[in-house]
Amino acid sequence: MRHLLGIEGLRRADIEALLDRAEAHLHGGPDASHVLRGKVVANLFFEDSTRTRTSFEMAAHALGAEVLNWTTAGSSVSKGETLLDTVRNIEATGPVALVIRHRSSGAPHLAARHVRCAVINAGDGTHEHPSQALLDAFTLRRRWGSLDGRTVLIVGDIRHSRVARSNLHCLTTLGAKVVLCGPPTLLPPGLESLGAEVTSNLDSVLPRADAVMCLRVQTERQSENFFPSAREFSRMFGLNAARAERLKPEALVLHPGPMNRGVEIAPAVADGPRSVILEQVAHGVAVRRAILEEVCR
Amino acid sequence: MSSTILFRRGRVIDPRNGVDGVRDVLVRDGRVAEVSEAPLQVQDARVVEASGRLVLPGFIDLHVHLREPGEEGKETILTGCMAAVAGGFTAVVAMPNTKPVNDSVLVSEYVKAKAREARLCHVYLAGAITKGLQGEEMAEMGALVSAGCVCITDDGRPVMNAGLMRRALQYAQLFDLPVMVHEEDLTLSGKGVMNEGRTSTRLGLTGIPPSAEVAMVARDMVLLEETKGRLHVAHVSCEGSVRLIREAKRRGLRVTAEATPHHFTLDDEAVGAYDTHARMNPPLRTRRDIEAVREGLADGTIDAIATDHAPHGVLEKQVEFDKAWNGVVGLETALGLTLAVVREGALSLQRAVALLTDGPAKAFGLPGGHLAPGAPADITVVEPDVEWTVDSARFFSRSRNTPFHGRRLPGRVAQTWVDGRLVFEDGHIKESR
Repeated sequence: MRHLLGIEGLRRADIEALLDRAEAHLHGGPDASHVLRGKVVANLFFEDSTRTRTSFEMAAHALGAEVLNWTTAGSSVSKGETLLDTVRNIEATGPVALVIRHRSSGAPHLAARHVRCAVINAGDGTHEHPSQALLDAFTLRRRWGSLDGRTVLIVGDIRHSRVARSNLHCLTTLGAKVVLCGPPTLLPPGLESLGAEVTSNLDSVLPRADAVMCLRVQTERQSENFFPSAREFSRMFGLNAARAERLKPEALVLHPGPMNRGVEIAPAVADGPRSVILEQVAHGVAVRRAILEEVCR
Repeated sequence: MSSTILFRRGRVIDPRNGVDGVRDVLVRDGRVAEVSEAPLQVQDARVVEASGRLVLPGFIDLHVHLREPGEEGKETILTGCMAAVAGGFTAVVAMPNTKPVNDSVLVSEYVKAKAREARLCHVYLAGAITKGLQGEEMAEMGALVSAGCVCITDDGRPVMNAGLMRRALQYAQLFDLPVMVHEEDLTLSGKGVMNEGRTSTRLGLTGIPPSAEVAMVARDMVLLEETKGRLHVAHVSCEGSVRLIREAKRRGLRVTAEATPHHFTLDDEAVGAYDTHARMNPPLRTRRDIEAVREGLADGTIDAIATDHAPHGVLEKQVEFDKAWNGVVGLETALGLTLAVVREGALSLQRAVALLTDGPAKAFGLPGGHLAPGAPADITVVEPDVEWTVDSARFFSRSRNTPFHGRRLPGRVAQTWVDGRLVFEDGHIKESR
């Protein structure tokens, strides 16, 4: 593939090939430090990020690439430079790939239409976060062997979650059933037609889930009246210890981070035996190595 | 040039006068002199052979942005008029959201002067409802009317203040003036950038629910019933609005409405991979809404096809979708898109012509729109069977923001005549200045 702009539209074979390659990287595999030697990967983060940026940076280094870390702070964006000008200017310095994080949905698509190098979507607005979905799927596949027939429950602010959209596409393509749960105000229309089961009744679906993925509650949504208060949200949709008790004994708990401990997830659950949250982070580097290798071929 | 012109043996469709058939049309001194079933023999007439062509009243567009004064890089009154006549329009109503806003005699006079200078088509003016389009204080309506404004509107902005809207409807009755409204409840549309539905969910774009439009239409129907004023609903985009307008008309309220070619042609999937040429307000809706708008066009609920011609430069469109400006150009594609609907069988040719001519003329009480003897000789000659491919690079408009680039459309404008002057022929502007 030339770019990785989203999971939507990828075939199962494409996704599995990426996960297989990530598996090889995770095991040490053959030395890959020459793959991108002498090349530059540009990280363009128009929006803050710790995990994703660091993870892409480590992945690029592991492949022998130099990393250009660009952020809006102190850039010409503050002088009114457009996205396209920024992207074209960075491209002119000769990177092999642009890793773009942006608060506008579709920003990487716009960039990809105007550059020759590869574009990787590192999270665009409320659209997609494909590398996150791949590392989530990777984490589940390592635990389960296969996602076929499994049920993954994603709970929280579905409306504004790029992680939920990418995971919906990724997990269903890999054969899992995805249940999306949140208050009706945070469930946008048309989710069923994208292949999800949709509910606002968390307690009724918990016993069916093989994994639960909690999404971060963006507290600014409270002021936009999507829900009355963080406290009420937590009571209705938080994964607390009592709810975790209702899960299947072997069910897993995921979170893409950053977590609001005590809001969407209780500390005891986040750090408990079901949690694979730190595994997700660790797998991120392997998955992003696979992505960089794939698009820079 | 001879001031006598004979359009020979064209198919004349003149909905107001119930004409549809092969006729000769005689024009003298800028006015229609005679429409005859029998061939006319006239000495010294310039003859236009119209056999196999449609001879139609010149089209009237109630909703056009000419961008001058203020944003001449996007369009000028001259280039806008060129685009208009190239699209078969002999009259346009210029919206007031220029810079400065047309809320004063001064701006009205400026636009009129520039239009006279362009000397291509009739340019009618829409004045602002409120000063600076701020939605707070009424503009001087009487002065605007005396400066030639044929309607008032805050254009792309709704009048959110219901009390102010009520008084505008009342006050405008002094002049029997239609109040044209962009129906949008801003508290419902919020930060939305496209229709709310499956596609917005998939793309992660903030949606604008149909209720944002329908709720405002409902409010204004209530105000209209109470005030007995005159209301014109701009760019109707959804099923609920069509239904409310239909009911209001049935109850005898003085409401007219328009729909744009993009709203009766494209659904929200046209946004594709964040194509900003599909970003407009109201947004492109669903297939079902398209059907409802088409039904409204066919059954008379909607009176006029208007383009909402909204030129924007590359800088406004080649950006992130949520930062892009709303709007598309429309003057040069309106006829083809309308005839495409005729070809699909959703609209009769006669009704389509009425929507481009008689309907808009009556909605705003404008001259033209028909071909009875004495009417201005505003005439559009169309080759109905010629297909062409939209090439935005060849637009006369200064802007290229169209989602229809590359589309095959039926119906080519062969000639456009204004007051008996040939202003456009076979792809070329004639007689500008």
